[in-house]
Amino acid sequence: MFALPFVRNALLAGSLIAIASGLLGYFIVLRAQVFAGDALSHVAFTGALAAAAAGVDLRIGLFAATVATALLFAALGERARADDVSVGVAFAWILGLGVLFLDLFNASSSGGSGIVGARALFGSIFGLSGGEATLAAAVALVLIAATLAIARPLLFVSLDPAVAIARGVPARLLGSVFLVLVGADAAEATQAVGALLLLGLLAAPAGAAHRLTASPYVGMALSAGLALASVWIGIALSYRIAPLPPSSSIVLVAGAFYALSFAASPRRLAGVLRWMR
Amino acid sequence: MNPAFSANPLTDLDQLTQYPFMVNALAAGTIVAVIAALVGWFVVLRRESFVCHTLSVMSFPGASGAALAGLPLASGYFVFAVGGALAIAFGSRVSGRRSATQESAVVGTVGAVALGLGFLFLSLYGGILESVETLLFGSFVGISRGQVETLLVVALLAAAVLAAVGRPLFYASVDEQAASADGVPVRALSIVFLVLLGLAVAAIAQIVGVLLTFALLVAPAATAQLLTTRLRWSLALSVALAVLETWVALTLSYFTNEALGFCVTTIALVLYAAARLHRGLRR
Repeated sequence: MFALPFVRNALLAGSLIAIASGLLGYFIVLRAQVFAGDALSHVAFTGALAAAAAGVDLRIGLFAATVATALLFAALGERARADDVSVGVAFAWILGLGVLFLDLFNASSSGGSGIVGARALFGSIFGLSGGEATLAAAVALVLIAATLAIARPLLFVSLDPAVAIARGVPARLLGSVFLVLVGADAAEATQAVGALLLLGLLAAPAGAAHRLTASPYVGMALSAGLALASVWIGIALSYRIAPLPPSSSIVLVAGAFYALSFAASPRRLAGVLRWMR
Repeated sequence: MNPAFSANPLTDLDQLTQYPFMVNALAAGTIVAVIAALVGWFVVLRRESFVCHTLSVMSFPGASGAALAGLPLASGYFVFAVGGALAIAFGSRVSGRRSATQESAVVGTVGAVALGLGFLFLSLYGGILESVETLLFGSFVGISRGQVETLLVVALLAAAVLAAVGRPLFYASVDEQAASADGVPVRALSIVFLVLLGLAVAAIAQIVGVLLTFALLVAPAATAQLLTTRLRWSLALSVALAVLETWVALTLSYFTNEALGFCVTTIALVLYAAARLHRGLRR
């Protein structure tokens, strides 16, 4: 399985995207901003369709749309935390815009739209070429580095905004930078797992990590680790079981991890660890 | 057919209603708008638009699962919507309380898993991609008389449930702790509301599509709540706005051939932005 280049490409890009999504997801869940993350991943769909309609490279559309929307969300909310309702309304409109681009694209070229649409929605991790995988991995590395760089102040602002602001932490700027990072991650992950399934990598591993530990740095590592495991197990499963699409298996594995975290409470886990020693 | 918009409203109305499918679309659209506005008003009050979006996404695995199992599509919609509502209701509470952090993670995961399942069902079924587009974005063109009647039954049922639990639900939504101290069954109410939301969304999504359902649920109610704080006024305004948005969007879409989803969401966004601006200026 590892001898095949498309599997190696999938593992290279998938692993780094998973780590980036796991780390960002930890903060997204902590700040209860999963909805904004979900919206950004759908925006990627509109961006891809807009690029397809205009005939430019898909990636330009993806990154432009998600980063612009991230800035919009940051501007809409207090301390760059857009509230539920404004995210909802903006999000609905952007989806409507996606429908318009889909129509335009259908009108401008006969056929092929289904493929672009399906690829943007559900991704095609096995379809990445060597160059695409390397580029995706490089962008993911930048995202990981940026997230780690702002991790400490962001944690402070997320946990106790009032005290953080009083101590002079730039809450608004951090919130905006964070949303832009999530936007870039959404654009990035759209190529690997698809706009609609990115949520699985953002929400599920981080949700499980938050359930299992209260320590932030352990939580971040756990979240990234669970996301990575989901991608590996998902890719292996989908490689062995023919009709299982990789996007589905990755998300289902991530969901299973989260479901398991409901069964394993921290106290029970501590008991298991003590027993193992 | 090539309908042309004229300055005379009577001719326009004649053109709009000359085909039975448009009559059905207008009837279904009106029912959808009314029930979406009523349920959506509580969604906005409870800040549950994310839940609402996720439940509308449930129709994707619902429809593809039902197609795979050879069952009527509607049964899949309802089973997955109610299942998702229950999963969210039970997963998002940490030791008996609503926890924003866990709620957002649970809702996101339920949505992602649902989409993953839907995609799996679809690839097992070997479906055609065009039907995915209709599923996601809906189509007002193919609505039958029977569908309008089913929709009416679901709408009446939802309205009856809302009328019965409306007052305590309002109390619990505005101040959960005080309501709970007053003996209001907060937890049971939140489960009832989520299941009701699931049913309503399943019914609506069959008509307007998965992705745009919550444009009709959230935007009119959010606009109404920005404009007035008086309870009855804002409920009535929310219904009026939703019906108006649907009618204008249907007319626009009919005469200009633009996608209905784009028309609905654009009108909804413009009205919401205007309401926010109005409120900002008054301060």
